[in-house]
Amino acid sequence: MIAPNGHDLRPPVGGDLPGHRVLLGTDRPLKLDSGAEIGPFAVGYQTYGKLNADRSNAILVCHALTGDQFVADPHPITGKPGWWELMVGPGKPLDTDRYFIICSNVLGGCMGTIGPKETDPKTGEPYGLAFPVITIADMVRAQKLLIDYLGIEQLFCVTGGSMGGMQVLQWAASYPECVFTAVPIATAARHSAQNIAFHEVGRQAIMTDPDWCNGDYLRQGKRPQRGLAVARMAAHITYLSEAALHRKFGRSLRDRGNFSFGFDAEFEVESYLRHQGSTFVDRFDANSYLYITRAMDYFDLAKEYGGQLANAYENTKVRFCVISFTSDWLFPTSESRQIVHALNACAANVSFVEIPTDKGHDAFLLEEPKLHATFTGFLNGAAEHRGLR
Amino acid sequence: MSSRNGDNTARYQRLRPDLRLIADMVRPGTRVLDLGCGDGALLDYLVHAKGVDGRGMELSQAGVNACVEHGLSVIQGDADLDLKDYPSDAFDCVILSQTLQATSDPKGVLAQMVRIGRRAIVSFPNFGWWQVRLHLLVCGSMPVTDALHHEWYDTPNIHLCTIRDFVTLCERIHIGIDQSVSISARGKARAFRASSRLANLFSEQAIFLLKRG
Repeated sequence: MIAPNGHDLRPPVGGDLPGHRVLLGTDRPLKLDSGAEIGPFAVGYQTYGKLNADRSNAILVCHALTGDQFVADPHPITGKPGWWELMVGPGKPLDTDRYFIICSNVLGGCMGTIGPKETDPKTGEPYGLAFPVITIADMVRAQKLLIDYLGIEQLFCVTGGSMGGMQVLQWAASYPECVFTAVPIATAARHSAQNIAFHEVGRQAIMTDPDWCNGDYLRQGKRPQRGLAVARMAAHITYLSEAALHRKFGRSLRDRGNFSFGFDAEFEVESYLRHQGSTFVDRFDANSYLYITRAMDYFDLAKEYGGQLANAYENTKVRFCVISFTSDWLFPTSESRQIVHALNACAANVSFVEIPTDKGHDAFLLEEPKLHATFTGFLNGAAEHRGLR
Repeated sequence: MSSRNGDNTARYQRLRPDLRLIADMVRPGTRVLDLGCGDGALLDYLVHAKGVDGRGMELSQAGVNACVEHGLSVIQGDADLDLKDYPSDAFDCVILSQTLQATSDPKGVLAQMVRIGRRAIVSFPNFGWWQVRLHLLVCGSMPVTDALHHEWYDTPNIHLCTIRDFVTLCERIHIGIDQSVSISARGKARAFRASSRLANLFSEQAIFLLKRG
């Protein structure tokens, strides 16, 4: 389980996950925004590359809603390549020959970090809905404990897309002295009404599935797979763009030239979405989906700082590189621009790049040479200032 | 542009002469905002050769991307719209090189520049240059010169002015002129008094170091 010095806890829960697992909050429990306290609690994380002697080359990657710590190695359940393998590796923008990359599963997740599917020590049963509601700031607090545990005083960079970008913004606001550069990608400083609405559709899909059992499905030996799959299908549409869907599928029909006048998955796009839904349920916990979408909905960084986002970054020394994509309608460029305006209002050191692409929100995960060139250039410039070789 | 290990000397020797003159007006190690920074040539020089804490703003996304890819801190933005976000005295110096004539509100931009910067440096093509005057007089068509190489129908330069016009505007909006440098067609730089009629006639371009009046 756990070594005397607090080192790796090889998981009894969630199967034999590769990577590391550590028990945090052992000295004192972690106080959450909701007022609840958790701890000691497990955090699953993965690292790539080597930490240098003065511990100055660490980059924290924050994953998105349905991501996990397996950034650049095959997913332990699906066997698919890591979700950011295009970005992280030797010679890639997050160069593992140069930087030490850390990614931890978020609080409330289902890949080795404490979440609703883990066992509540008080009852010996899975938490289910007894798990406390968490926020983006709570996720970041847990990550800070991990960084402390790893003995890193300042991260060279904190980066992530979508919900990962929210964590980046929170890091730079909560722990500015621990962040040298921040690269929030395709994100926003607050979750929009439209995005909350999409999340609610997903949650309703899960919660109206009879197998959800009011969140108690694990104890009852069931899983709300249909609801979770529908949630994923709806969400997946928002990650793409009309142009990308048209380019990929158009109105093509599967295996036939004519309509069948029925409700099978006739269109290519239907079959694609069904596939996305059905593979997702193999690797994700439905209650985790509820908790993490809720955390995103609650995110409104300015609210913590008197309604002015600029107050969050007053006198900040963090160097920012804000990145958005032209066809992203889930986290449109206007959201990034608001972040940039706030950073300008405190004369922060900020770069802002909008990448032209038709791939929608998911562009941050895909082959986008301009994104990679921007990220590499920004990190090179920052490394020069930080004195990193 | 910036390279991690390369020898930068040759690169900096190729810096355009007017940009070099602007760079000479910037004190090393200060905080500088370069408006309309283009591909970042001046900003790159300021950051790496003069050790300034340099930021850039550029309208074209392609220019911004090129700058950030080379490690410069640049945002996509419009000098006409986005300067109001910055707090007063945010920079030691704000630079606007060869861009004033393309702004839609030059007066507002100048006022913002000396608000957010303790000093401002502005360079522009001088419409009072004798060749421009002669071109219009003799040819009767809109002047096209090295510094003003667009035809009238596709020019981004919507607010061209002469040195005298510029000096008059500065007086009117209480902006002080600390230094004025004229650049001749041969690239020769010479300091001049802002009120000089000769400078207005013989300068192809002009550079002004400004302060709050």
